[in-house]
Amino acid sequence: MKYLADWIVVENTPLNVRYCLLRLRLNQELPEMQPGQFVQAKIENSPSTFLRRPISIHYVHRDKREIGLLVQIVGNGTQKLASLTVGEKLNLIYPIGKGFSIPKPDKTKQTLLLIGGGVGIAPLLFLGQTLKQQGFIPEFLLGARTRNDLLCLDDFAAVGAVYITTEDGSIGEKGFVSNHSVLSNTKADFIYTCGPKPMMMAVARYAKRHNIPCEVSLENTMACGIGACLCCVEKTVDGNTCVCTEGPVFNINELLWQI
Amino acid sequence: MADLTVKIGQLTLKNPVLTASGTFGYGLEYADFFDLSEIGGIVVKGTTLHPREGNAYPRMAETPAGMLNAVGLQNKGVDYFVSHIYPAIKEINTCMIVNVSGSTIDDYVACAARINDLEKIPAIELNISCPNVKQGGMAFGTDCASAAAVVKAVRQVYNKTLIVKLSPNVTDITKIAQAVETEGADAVSLINTLLGMAVNTETRKPVLSTITGGLSGACIKPVALRMVYQTAKAVKIPVIGMGGISCAKDAIEFIIAGATAIQIGTYNFIDPTISVKVAEGINEYLERHGFSSVQELTASLQV
Repeated sequence: MKYLADWIVVENTPLNVRYCLLRLRLNQELPEMQPGQFVQAKIENSPSTFLRRPISIHYVHRDKREIGLLVQIVGNGTQKLASLTVGEKLNLIYPIGKGFSIPKPDKTKQTLLLIGGGVGIAPLLFLGQTLKQQGFIPEFLLGARTRNDLLCLDDFAAVGAVYITTEDGSIGEKGFVSNHSVLSNTKADFIYTCGPKPMMMAVARYAKRHNIPCEVSLENTMACGIGACLCCVEKTVDGNTCVCTEGPVFNINELLWQI
Repeated sequence: MADLTVKIGQLTLKNPVLTASGTFGYGLEYADFFDLSEIGGIVVKGTTLHPREGNAYPRMAETPAGMLNAVGLQNKGVDYFVSHIYPAIKEINTCMIVNVSGSTIDDYVACAARINDLEKIPAIELNISCPNVKQGGMAFGTDCASAAAVVKAVRQVYNKTLIVKLSPNVTDITKIAQAVETEGADAVSLINTLLGMAVNTETRKPVLSTITGGLSGACIKPVALRMVYQTAKAVKIPVIGMGGISCAKDAIEFIIAGATAIQIGTYNFIDPTISVKVAEGINEYLERHGFSSVQELTASLQV
């Protein structure tokens, strides 16, 4: 079931010039939301923005009827989201898509590695929190260009161990997530990843080589977000498949990536 | 409450608002948002005789006040439609119209004949105007003789309401409209998307995998409105207007310009409930201006 409603902005925190964190409240009970699902945000008063903007659910505070959206400011549409002020309304279609799979309850001893880059870390916090609540021990491997691009580290650290890479080496190991030593030192039982496509492909390649099940969250360009327009398709074993309804999370075995 | 019913061929629509093919899936995609029976009709995704994978990703580019698409009629074919989709949509209590496309006249005929047998599908919209397929599609709709030929052939096997969807990518759309009217079309719907293009300046590559694609959304409304106005004067059959309708006022403009009914397309993506809002807005307008029926408003332009 999908919903369409206005949410109230209760906080909009600029994290740096390229990111903001929106906290939104609904005046009714929240429906069930899965980590990996996203919302389609309607952009008002931005003449050059026509379509909604798909944004991952960063966290859910069910008791407060709140969700968090981590927004990367890419163009005028996301700039408009960054300029929303407390008390303003934001119209969302929610929740959308199929989320990450949660391992069976008897697998709580497993090593679950959540690998994110850039704004791709957004759904991994919600995923990590959900896994922890269900008795799992998630670990995070987060990559960014520089120290300043690493966001919400305290929030991730509150959920599980955090490993870091930056391209300039300003914090954590220097390089890309796919080169981090944790990948050679431990063998994860399951990998979840979200971030730039080259990063996810490198992670998928690693997972495949080491026979580790792996799910990726895609961010194909999208129009409707509800499976009507067929614009956001990814080639899968089932043919051209809508990322908005059949994803955004896919097992790498479903994809036809040359890895 | 004004009388919102309109007649298109053998159909009586409860109100003049339909949703446009390719923007509303099979209707079910929107069932979470409002009661589908409140709109006049739903034109479902383009259906072809054989399954089509559509074009490669990327298929979409946002533009100011619109978008380009190059989906390329991805669908699972008419057999799949009949066996899997029709059973799921036949109870939707509004006019369910199937958009039919093809690469050859024989394909159009075979597909239309299959759908003619479906009790709860009272009409088809013949798509001779898709700009995103290499063969067929728009090629049939940009030439009077081929447009006439495909309509003539389909008319032989299809005895319910036949709507023909026209391409704006022509020199004179009224000539195509007259050609299909002569061959027995019950109505024309226009416009399909305008052929357009977008370039990524960083990579110097086209944004769309197909280089060109179809432009839709608010930006095309003035062009669509002009074509509806011209076509409505040139034919006797009803004209269904579409192109960039985003609110009731837009829809009313099309009706005043000559449209008997209207379709809402791309704006469904921005507001999934826009079609029912437009139906309500048309009623409010009619009451405010003292019209007892929407039919009085059609082609009422004061020049």
